[in-house]
Amino acid sequence: MRRFLNLFVNARLSAQIVKELLSILRDPRSRIIVFVPPLMQLLIFTFATTLEVRNADIAVYDRDAGHWSHELVARIDAADFVNEIHTVHSPEALRDLIDRRAVIAALNIGPEFSRDIAAGKVGTVQVIVDGRRSNAGQITVGYLNTIAAGVSAAIQRDTVHANPVAVRHWFNPNLIYRWFVVPALSGILVFFSALMITSLSISRERELGTFDQLLVSPTTTFEIIVAKTMPALAIGLVLGLMMIVAAAFVFRVPFEGSFWLLMPSLLLFILSVVGIGLMISSVSATQQQAILGAFAIGVPAVLMSGFATPVENMPTLLQWLAEAIPLKHFLVIVEGTFLKAMPASDIIANTWPLVIIALVTLSMAVVFVRSRLE
Amino acid sequence: MSNVNHVMSTAITSDVFRRLGKNNAAVVIEDVVKRFGEVQALNGFSAEIQYGRLTGLVGPDGAGKTTLMRIMTGLLVPNSGRVTLAGFDVVDDNEAIHIVSGYMPQRFGLYEDLSVMENMRLYAQLRGMDADQHGDIFDSLLDFTRLGPFTKRLAGKLSGGMKQKLGLACALMAKPKVLLLDEPSVGVDPVSRQDLWRMVQELTDDGMAVVWSTAYLDEAERCQSVLLLNEGKLEFNGPPQELTDQIKERSYRLEQVGTERRAVLSKALNLASVGDGVIQGDAVRVVLREDANTREIKALADDVGASLTLVQPRFEDAFIDLLGGGPGGTSALAERIDAVELGSDVAVSCRNLTKRFGDFTATDDVSFEVQKGEIFGLLGPNGAGKSTTFKMLCGLLKPTEGEAQVVGHDLRYATGSAKSQLGYMAQKFSLYGLLSVQQNLEFSAGVYGLEGDIKRQRIDEMINTFDLSQYLSTSPDSLPLGYKQRLALACALMHRPPVLFLDEPTSGVDPITRREFWTHINGLARKGVTIMVTTHFMDEAEYCDRVAMMYRARLIALDTPDALKQGAVNEKHPDPTMEDAFIHLVESAQLDDEARRDAKAAV
Repeated sequence: MRRFLNLFVNARLSAQIVKELLSILRDPRSRIIVFVPPLMQLLIFTFATTLEVRNADIAVYDRDAGHWSHELVARIDAADFVNEIHTVHSPEALRDLIDRRAVIAALNIGPEFSRDIAAGKVGTVQVIVDGRRSNAGQITVGYLNTIAAGVSAAIQRDTVHANPVAVRHWFNPNLIYRWFVVPALSGILVFFSALMITSLSISRERELGTFDQLLVSPTTTFEIIVAKTMPALAIGLVLGLMMIVAAAFVFRVPFEGSFWLLMPSLLLFILSVVGIGLMISSVSATQQQAILGAFAIGVPAVLMSGFATPVENMPTLLQWLAEAIPLKHFLVIVEGTFLKAMPASDIIANTWPLVIIALVTLSMAVVFVRSRLE
Repeated sequence: MSNVNHVMSTAITSDVFRRLGKNNAAVVIEDVVKRFGEVQALNGFSAEIQYGRLTGLVGPDGAGKTTLMRIMTGLLVPNSGRVTLAGFDVVDDNEAIHIVSGYMPQRFGLYEDLSVMENMRLYAQLRGMDADQHGDIFDSLLDFTRLGPFTKRLAGKLSGGMKQKLGLACALMAKPKVLLLDEPSVGVDPVSRQDLWRMVQELTDDGMAVVWSTAYLDEAERCQSVLLLNEGKLEFNGPPQELTDQIKERSYRLEQVGTERRAVLSKALNLASVGDGVIQGDAVRVVLREDANTREIKALADDVGASLTLVQPRFEDAFIDLLGGGPGGTSALAERIDAVELGSDVAVSCRNLTKRFGDFTATDDVSFEVQKGEIFGLLGPNGAGKSTTFKMLCGLLKPTEGEAQVVGHDLRYATGSAKSQLGYMAQKFSLYGLLSVQQNLEFSAGVYGLEGDIKRQRIDEMINTFDLSQYLSTSPDSLPLGYKQRLALACALMHRPPVLFLDEPTSGVDPITRREFWTHINGLARKGVTIMVTTHFMDEAEYCDRVAMMYRARLIALDTPDALKQGAVNEKHPDPTMEDAFIHLVESAQLDDEARRDAKAAV
């Protein structure tokens, strides 16, 4: 390994790269800390981060008790997402179940429901949703609407010929949430690992006084920064690779795109994150400051990356800001590569911002290290 | 026992009877043993510590001082043996110990983000005292420690000396019977150190038992009684004078050795009859081995044209003698180095060097020149601006005004090859704790551009010279301090720099290792290596060719150690030490400041 590096770099730089790698990987405990938690998190978050509604409890206040209300309730009861139907006999009981969060939604079926349908009129059902869980509630309403549409189709089959609209979801026909979450998580976890490793690296040396030792040596600031990008780059690449393999083979997410386009994108993505981490580290005097800095940047970056909420829904100003977040670009690339065989042109359209972020942040890190000499 | 005899033989006063009747010893140590895994920290000894006197707990780093301290305060349980403090067993009556004793750990647990007053109130409350009810105690403690004007200052912003005084005030809060101070003078400048001594003196006069642990052997001489520890064993117990008397008429000084003093010291230390030797300005001070005669040293004195005088033995002489003498006089490291050639005679220079942080001036208009091959010392109290000046010279800080050069280069803009002219050993031996000793050596060699055979050769050389082979795969963090210092020096010298910067290189290191260190430094200087050193060990300033004294950001004196000492001669100090000279200079600088302020006010 050392001889291999020597071919490319001078003795000063290779000594520093070896030092940086050893600082993180020599101790078996820190080796475990670097690799095991992100992989565990991938496993746990994959199951935890789901926007699908499962195991939902629904209350039914059925004042109709006719054919069509039975049909509707039976279909809801049979649906996958429903855990249990609570039958209530008074509006108070219904209110109570919602209040206690025992159910996420309640159906209030009026006494005229079946009769109205039989008379060829529109049968209406009131759906009451727990607004405190607005997201899950809305999804539940969506599911219920689908079921109601099914019932309505059955009614119409009895009467007029139905003309149903078929919705087809491209790239993820069954809307399996995991297909979206796992590739995104691999990006997020690599992002945090690389950010943490680099944001601690300069501040730790400052705290221990070894940074002064480094600054008086003949090495240049540029070499210091280059050496410090190496461990995060190596570890980030290995972690990213492990997660992509896990996504494809353990979680069975279809991998449609090109592996050989994804890898350079991953590398550029990590490099841009490393730049941000080193920038934080170069302005921090202590490791504590660096950790706080990494969180102050890292958490908003994940929230604005388009992982949880689409970037397009954000105010224009924040959309501009999101362009500076490496994760935003990488999520497009990784989702696209997994699910829809994103072509090279689209990947390049999302990698050049990463190149710019990396160039800007790494140069800033060099400048900050120099200016700390004031 | 010697103590009781001593008391009995002097006037037997009622006071003594009263104390003996109460049994009397503040701390009784009986066959105390403490092991940490393989390491035997305390080897099973007994001793007593008396009320009303200052007892020094003396010994090199790792001798077991802190372990004994922590057992006395009930923070550690001994493996066997017992210790009682003020009549309470430290294990069985643990609660009582916290009431009757005051303990000041090495780095006192001050809350740096709290002010002086807030710290004191916190410690009062921790002691279960109502802080509002005890204004008088606070006043007297603030008065006692002279911290009165600084009550609102954050503890983190205090100087080393003031921090220790605040720590002392907090430890004294509940009026303990026994006060235990663990290395209270580390990082404290001589002026503040005097203050601490004065305070402790007053406390013992009031009948308190004070235990002062220290690695500074000159402090042992000021204690009324001494427990001398080495490697967990009690080597000596009694008044320090008793120990120095054992080596009476064995300490000599070769005076007027002139410019060849380092060569003379090296020769003297290599004599079979000489056990220990140090440089004192223009003179070389030696201690002969037991039963050795003066023949060899006389011959050496005649040889170099020096006069030989018998001098008073010091506690440090006796200590080194007890441990079997110091290291030899030849530095294997310096032997291997070629004589340094520099383009100019001036190795380091600075002109009107000034550094301001906001409205605080850390270094104020400092100028000096250091000749090639000179050992140049930078001395001063904490916060006087030594480190700031040092960092500007090394190119680690940008001067606000003025300029600094090392071998003709401003290091902030210097190229790699110019920077290779400099070796730098940072305060507290900044080594990579996450790497092994071997990896640290490899890194230092590599970062200075050494490659291939020459790199291998230099690393092996350092391992052999500094006897590091047994520790190659350990982390520097778990090395004994002496070895840490050796490793740091090895790393700084790997590329054989013609100029060497040492920032507090011997802080906390035991006297034998310090001597070994200075043997190397002296050897390097003789080869023409220029040495810049900051130190707070006053006796180490004696090794320097010239000393720059800094005080309140200004250079208040720059001269040879002998000239500085000469300037401090008065009736009180006919033969002043470096410490006396330092205090004298600081005091006159203060007077100057006041005079200037008065003059300004008058205008």
